[in-house]
This record gives sequence, C-alpha cells and structure tokens, in this order.
Amino acid sequence: MTALLIRNGHLVDPSAGIDAPKDILLKDGRVAEIAGPNKLKAINGTEVLDATGLTVAPGLIDIHVHLREPGQSHKETIATGTAAAAAGGFTAVAAMPNTYPVNDTAEVTRWMQSPERGAHVRVYPIAAATRGSKGETINDFAALKSAGAVAVTDDGHPILKDGTMRETLAAAARVGLSVIQHAEDTRMTQGACMNLGPTSFKLGLRGMPSEAESSLVERDIRLVTELRDARSHLHVAHTSTAAAVAAVRKARRNGLRVTCEVAPHHFLLTEEHVGMYSTNAKMNPPLRSAADRDAMIEGILDGVVDAIATDHAPHATHEKEVEFENAPNGITGLETALGLCLRWLHKEWKLPLGRVLSLLSAQPAALLGLKGRGTLAVGSFADVVIFDPKAEWIYRARKTRSKAHNSPFDGWTMQGKVRWTISEGRIAHTGL
Amino acid sequence: MTSAVTAAPVRRPIQPPPIPTSPFPYNKGSLLSVQDLTLEAVSHLLARASALQNMDPVVRDRILQKRRLALLFYESSTRTRTSFELAAKSLGADTTLISNLSSSIEKGESLKDTGLTLRALGAEAIILRHNSSGAPWLLEESTRLPVLNAGDGMHEHPTQALLDLRTILAHVRPGVETVTADTLAGVTITIAGDILHSRVARSNMLLLPRLGARVLLCGPPQLLPEMATGAGPGIGIERDFDAALRASQVVMMLRIQAERLAGMQLDLAEYKASYQLTGQRLATQAPTAVVLHPGPIIRGLELTAGVADGAQSAILEQVTNGVAIRMAVVERALTQAGTNGARA
Repeated sequence: MTALLIRNGHLVDPSAGIDAPKDILLKDGRVAEIAGPNKLKAINGTEVLDATGLTVAPGLIDIHVHLREPGQSHKETIATGTAAAAAGGFTAVAAMPNTYPVNDTAEVTRWMQSPERGAHVRVYPIAAATRGSKGETINDFAALKSAGAVAVTDDGHPILKDGTMRETLAAAARVGLSVIQHAEDTRMTQGACMNLGPTSFKLGLRGMPSEAESSLVERDIRLVTELRDARSHLHVAHTSTAAAVAAVRKARRNGLRVTCEVAPHHFLLTEEHVGMYSTNAKMNPPLRSAADRDAMIEGILDGVVDAIATDHAPHATHEKEVEFENAPNGITGLETALGLCLRWLHKEWKLPLGRVLSLLSAQPAALLGLKGRGTLAVGSFADVVIFDPKAEWIYRARKTRSKAHNSPFDGWTMQGKVRWTISEGRIAHTGL
Repeated sequence: MTSAVTAAPVRRPIQPPPIPTSPFPYNKGSLLSVQDLTLEAVSHLLARASALQNMDPVVRDRILQKRRLALLFYESSTRTRTSFELAAKSLGADTTLISNLSSSIEKGESLKDTGLTLRALGAEAIILRHNSSGAPWLLEESTRLPVLNAGDGMHEHPTQALLDLRTILAHVRPGVETVTADTLAGVTITIAGDILHSRVARSNMLLLPRLGARVLLCGPPQLLPEMATGAGPGIGIERDFDAALRASQVVMMLRIQAERLAGMQLDLAEYKASYQLTGQRLATQAPTAVVLHPGPIIRGLELTAGVADGAQSAILEQVTNGVAIRMAVVERALTQAGTNGARA
C-alpha cells in the first residue's frame, strides 16, 4: 500500500486535543506520523496531498444508516450508500438490520462486510436484537459479535415488551454489546404519520404523541437501573423529543450508561416543514414541535447528546411520490450532515469546531467501541476527512452519490466542502 | 463511553432555519384549500354563483362548451359528485367519472399515474375526492392541471365551506355577496359532532373567522381534541352543547364518521344525550338559529328527523347552493387555468 502525506493542513483531532497546523503521514492503512509543518519528508512513492487552507480531521462516523442491502437494492446498495458516505466525509458507518432478510444471523452480518459488496468506507453491521426484529426471541449475540456486529437493535421497530428488553439488555451486556433502542411505543402511534399537534390536526393527519418516544425511553432507563450490576449500555436512537433528552440527562446524572444520538433533521426542522404534505419531511420519529427542536439544540450544546447520526434512509423516487400517509418513512443524510452541522451548530450556534467534529467522530466511535476510529493518534486507522471549512455550497439532491434523492435539504446552503475522504489510507472520495 | 467534553453554557438558537414558502397552487385555476382564496376571490365566486344560477341555461351552456373535466373519486359520494357533475354540464362541459372501484386504480395504478393518464386523455381539470389527506396537492404537483379538491381525507372540503358560506349569508346577511373581514362580525357558528375526522369542519373553521365570524367547536374530547383551536384564529371550544347553541345564530351538525374512527370506542347513548340536536333542545336553546348539515345525515343520531325536516333546517338549501358554487368554481378552473409562471 502506498503512503500518503497530507501537508500544510490544519489538524483538528478532538480526542487528542490537537488544533494546530500539522502534517500527517499515512502508511499501510494506519496513521504513521504527525509532525509540525514541513517536518515530514515525502520519500519515493509517497503521494502528497496539499491541504493548504483546509481542515484535516478524523474521518466521520455515522452510527445510524440504512444501506438497504440485502434485499432492497432498488433503494440503495452498500456500494452506493458508502459512496455517499465518502462524499459526506464519513469513513465508517454502522448499518441497521432492517434489511430483507433482517440481519439477525452471523451469515448476513458477514455477507454485509464481504469485499464483494464494494464498500467505499468501513461498514459495521448492527444486528437485530430479536429474531426477525419481531420483539420476541433474543438472537445469539455472541455469534453476531464474533461475526462483526457492533451493537444490537430492532431499529424500525421498538423492543416493546418489558421482558424482552430486559433480557436483551442483560444478554448484550454479557457479551459487551450496546443495545440501541428505536424508542416508539407503537401502541400510541397506530396509523400515525407525523407529530401529534396543531399541525397534524390542521393537515388532517393522524399524529404520533411525543410521549410515544419519551415513555419508552423512561421505561428503558428503569430497566437499566434495575440491571445496574450488569452495566448494560442503552443507546437511544434518533432522539427527537424534549422529554426523552431530559430523561437521558437525568439517567446520566445518576451514573447510568445511557447515551443518545440526534439526527440533523431533528435539530434543524420542525413539523411545520411538512408544509403541504412533503413526503421528504416524513420520517420516524417525525419532525416535532419547535420546542422539541430547541431541546435537541440545547442537548447538543450542553453535551447530553453523544453523537450526531443521520438515520440515512434512502427510498426510490416513486415510493415517495405518493399520498403522505402511504409514503415510506425516512430521508437521506450522509452527504448533508457535515455541511449542516458546520453551517448551523458551528457557525450559527457557536459550538466549537472540535466539539462538532467530536460529535461526528470521536464520540460515536467511543460509544460503539470502534477501536482505532474517530482519532488520528499514531497507529490508528488512516481514516481522514479533509475539508474547506470556509466554503459555502448548495446541496443538490439530484447530484447525490446515493441511489435515492429523498432529502428535505435539497437547495440548502452547506458550510464546509469535503475535498478528500481517506478510508484506511485509500482516497475514497475526491471533491472539487 | 465519552460524555460531554465540558458543558458549555446553553445558547438558545437566535435564528433557526426558515420554513420555506409553499409553492402551491401551481395552477391558478386550482382550488385546493379555502386558504388559497383571498376574500376578493371568495366574493367573486359568490357573485358568479348567483349570476350563473340565474343565467338562461342555453347561454350558460356555451361557457365551457366541449371542455373536458374528469371527476376522480376514491370515495363514495352523492351530493358532491352529482353537484360537480351537474355544475360542469350546466356550463356545457363534458365530464367523465373515474372511480377507484371500476378503474385501473384497483390494479394498483398510483394517483400520479392516474392523473398523468387523465391529462393525456385530454382532461383540462380534475375534480378529486380522495381518502388520503393531501392527495390533491400530490395530484396538482404531478399534473400541473387545475385540481379541485372535492374532499381529501380528514383535511379539507373547500367547495363545501363556500356553499355553507352562501347558505349562511342568505340567512344572516341576505343580499350580501361581497365579503370583507367584518361581514360576519357578531355571528357565532357552532360546529358540533365529530370534528376530528371532519374535512367540512376544517374548511369552515379556516374560512368563516376570516369574515369576522366566531366559530365554536363542540364535541367530546375523543372527537374534538383541545389542539383544534390551534388551527387558526377565531376558533373556540365549548363542550356544553346547550351553551354553544345559546350563543349561536348558526349550528352546523356533523355525522360521526364511523369509517375513520380507527378502533375508537364511542358510547352512542351518552353521545346522543350530550350532543344530539333534538327539537326540544333547538326550541329552548336556539329557537331562531339556522341548522346546517353537510350530509349525509344519520337521522336519530346527530340530529332527530324532526329537526332535519323542520323549519329551521337549511340542509336542502345547502345542497342546492352546492350546484351554484360548483358552477363558479368549475368556471374559474377552466378560465383562469394556467400554471403560475413564477412557480411552474
């Protein structure tokens, strides 16, 4: 493998506390050396990237994506989804198990990581917690872990039954896996397709109450409390309500291993963005009230939110061009996450750049225990994103690398343009 | 497990991302929502309804001679479908009815493809009744034709609100056709019954307050959530039906929409005791109020037969007004048609 020298860039590595001009040498897929500007010499065969004026940071990590393979390759494939990831600056993604078949076996978990899938960046499968994600029978977590699964979840569905969730938390803790909960008490959301409130009433759509999320988060925290000795790790996926963030904040104060992620659409958009039935504003959990949106921003700024995750959920155009209540849930997110985080969290709401990048790399890596990722410490994986922090650009969904175009951020101004994404020492994306 | 680096002081967002303005309607002839109509446009429709109603049928027949309208109905309908059809035919237009039960919709054809097919067949406007809220917006965006919303799910039924307005004006402001922001000042209209599932209620509560009326919603919490008042200004809730009646000059009764209850359990005996409009209730609480009902009425449930057929009932006037209003709306669709240049 050739060596790669990144010169004249400004290195921001929050996990190492570095925020300074540095050159980096990558060799054999690992970070080989970091030194002050012009201290590293390019030997024969070393490719040099000139990062003058650019920010060099650990490759981004998205712990919540849907790559649709196996089974729904008309929406996305592992190859196209990871191409979009690379274009967005991501060098690792964790893929949810709601595929066809559901990823509830070591066989599917291995299949997803096979080189034949043509992944552009590292894919970490997250396996189903229960057989077929039906919420009844717990899977063999030890086997799934040894096949490469980094967590378990029934995402798309909740693990609803108290007994099943308790057993899942205990069994996952025994093998050192995190449990990711899609917190939705589906008994309260039958037939609903957006947030319950004045907007859903006005649009004549059945609504999901915010309590459907928060009550399940509270139930799960109760279970983690009961299982305190097991040291279970509960991670709340796509947190969208003020009450759920408050519950996580309280659990953390009580010393529990409870973490949460927030998607860019939940800290930027509200139910008003549904407009006149825009299906690109339909996802689950739904866009919530302005107060909930503000609580997501507050949770990010005060540190209770551990990660930004996109919940990248590609769908074919014809699947979204239907009546709002019949449209599938979800939007794409891999290519817009960095641009939105820099534009809003950093520029508008003044979250320091290091903290923004930490939420997109070091913290999600730590959360799922992804060793050697989310940092540029010498010896770690040569996963790097190099971006122009000043560049503003307009996102055009039709130019995406994803198979899908279902983004509510089409036409939005982004801050920070990815110039190179390097995955394990290999250039996975070159931006203009 | 990392948690926060250091907790920074929380800053409220000064400027959240803006909410984009709606690109609808794409076609100037469309009537998707009562909210798309200015009061001038409402006045114009009311005036044209009267003019067309009074016109020599032979002259009227030439207004839209041989123009083509499609009626696309995904739900059953008596009044709305027939009155749209009669209205279009009175203006000389050709109409064709496509229903979900006898078309390729049964074979799985999407609303978008059905709309594009109708356009290719020569339809110049589509009148849509659909069981999903928002379907007319999808159809308009897909076809860019004038789309007339003949009722979408639990959302809106704009021509019903216009014909209700025409009926209300005839009783409380006779002779008035030009409406302004205070035309209905001092008038209280109670809408009673299954508000939650009613598109008629939504269109009326969004239109009538713009003319200065106060709308009182009345019903049990299951069928009338508190958040209903958030739909717009001038909307209040009065759970006590007798108190609502005493305050009102107009009372609009609604049917319980059994087909949309989605498993909700209602005690009908209790419902009738609290919310049924009986002759006695009407005589004691609102002896001069006008009684409206968009139909279909269920005699003996939301109102008694005596009230439906009684002197205060304007239910059949509403039906007649439906034809007049729909003539005006169909005329507007085909004479103002054209995509909004800036938005197309």
